[in-house]
Amino acid sequence: MNSQYQSMLPVMSSRQVLGAYLQESRAECLRYLRYPGFVLPTLLFPAVFYLLFAVLLGHTQPAQAARFLLGSYVTFGVMAPGLFGFGIALALERDNGLLTLKRAMPMPPLAYLLGKMVMAMLTALAIVVILQLLATTVAGVQLNASQMLRLTAVATLGTLPFCALGLLLGTLAKGNGAAAVINLVYLPMAVLSGLWFPLKVLPPLLRDLAVIWPSHHLNMLAQGALDFEVGSAWPHVLWLLVFTVAITAVAGWRLRRHG
Amino acid sequence: MTADGEVLASLQGVHKHYGAVRALDGVDLELRAGQVLALLGPNGAGKTTAISLLLGLLRADAGQVQLFGHDPQQLAARRGIGVMLQSAALPETLNVAELIQLSASYYPAPRDLADVAALAGIEDLLKRRYGKLSGGQQRRVQFALAVCGRPRLLFLDEPTVGLDLPARQQLWATVRALVAEGTAVVLTTHYLEEAERLADRVCVLLRGRIVSDGSVDALRARVIHRSIRCVSTLDAAVLASWPGVVQISRDGDYLQLRSDRVESVVRQLLQADPGLSGLEVQPAGLGEAFTDLTAADAAQTQREAA
Repeated sequence: MNSQYQSMLPVMSSRQVLGAYLQESRAECLRYLRYPGFVLPTLLFPAVFYLLFAVLLGHTQPAQAARFLLGSYVTFGVMAPGLFGFGIALALERDNGLLTLKRAMPMPPLAYLLGKMVMAMLTALAIVVILQLLATTVAGVQLNASQMLRLTAVATLGTLPFCALGLLLGTLAKGNGAAAVINLVYLPMAVLSGLWFPLKVLPPLLRDLAVIWPSHHLNMLAQGALDFEVGSAWPHVLWLLVFTVAITAVAGWRLRRHG
Repeated sequence: MTADGEVLASLQGVHKHYGAVRALDGVDLELRAGQVLALLGPNGAGKTTAISLLLGLLRADAGQVQLFGHDPQQLAARRGIGVMLQSAALPETLNVAELIQLSASYYPAPRDLADVAALAGIEDLLKRRYGKLSGGQQRRVQFALAVCGRPRLLFLDEPTVGLDLPARQQLWATVRALVAEGTAVVLTTHYLEEAERLADRVCVLLRGRIVSDGSVDALRARVIHRSIRCVSTLDAAVLASWPGVVQISRDGDYLQLRSDRVESVVRQLLQADPGLSGLEVQPAGLGEAFTDLTAADAAQTQREAA
């Protein structure tokens, strides 16, 4: 019986399927690029904080500080497009019927996730480029090409664990409540990972707990890219990989179960 | 390509519960090629659940759901359908052409952008941002996304809510043209006129069960009442006691009656009031048929409970 129906269903070539993935990514990028409520805070916050702490308040600090803060604020910056781009969008789209429509239409399910990932990575790329420009032109940081390339790669790929976390938070919160939930995760995690204050000013318990936050490990990779001594990169990479896979699995399970 | 009347999608013995609530309670339904099926029923009757099962958005607790012979959760099966849902907030910062291109990319043999725009009557909106459109314009864009993939089976959930009369009539004409090309349509609507204009088959759901399935005429024929309207000075209260008068009301100079013995009531009316004028007799509309079915079901529920 199924073979009889098979002839009724037109087959889609792999080129056409690829086209669907590309269109979805293009639409996601255009959509957020044109939405100032997402672009402005995501690009401006890390830049403004960096200028404030590394440049305006920087002359009271040792010479290495501006370079160290570059790594911290790149990490802080690239957390946002993943957390907010995935989390708020998913929470809203679960609420307003768009996700239901897309699931009913023959959209390849992974195209939805891939589109948002591409958008987050491009935004992360913009953030790391802006911060490096500020560091080298305004804050007087000397960077060689290898450092810049490594930091750019760390930042662009480093937004992915936060895409996974945003995805999970987007399945937990619904509608407009998601922004509050995500900020409640984002800002404390940034502080507890030593992105705003050095870890040594935190109480010992919180300092020891820093190793559980993905932002701490991303920060270590960013500092390593800037040639600060942080030991081997592999434990951090491995931790971020495991975190990403595990959180994505939980989020995927929740999405399939609850929609 | 395929014979008319072939089954495109079906529900067989389908049950679906939400906790203690039985949304669908043993539903059998076949959607056939070239057919426009209107799915009617009051809110909570199970229309949305039935559609969601056919679209693969929900899984049945029991029974079988098929779309082109496959599980509707399979992507390949859904490439044959177009969908317009009751509420879907599309991205506001994308323009209409971008939205159509994106939806068209999901399908193997989509229509040209210009064709889609002409079908949905949105040629002048292509460069406009979706968020800047009026409610009626947004609805037409949603219709465009539903038809852009040349679907063999089109799901329209309350398609003309928020449209003014000309836009509604244009959409009906478009749906009829698509049906003439061989597209099958599943329509849910609150507007019985819409079902009357478009559907060749009407399926009525009540409390999770199909209580009527047949042509619009067959559904109408289930109603034996017809309406009488005339200008008369007769006293409505007296007429209400006549045999065969089911319902009566006065509207200014006009008397409005419903009767299951129209001929004998008209004869009596003409004898009782020689000055009677403006006499009209009308068959039952789908609205009356629907009201009768719902009332009969409510009465049966009460009997069962008693």
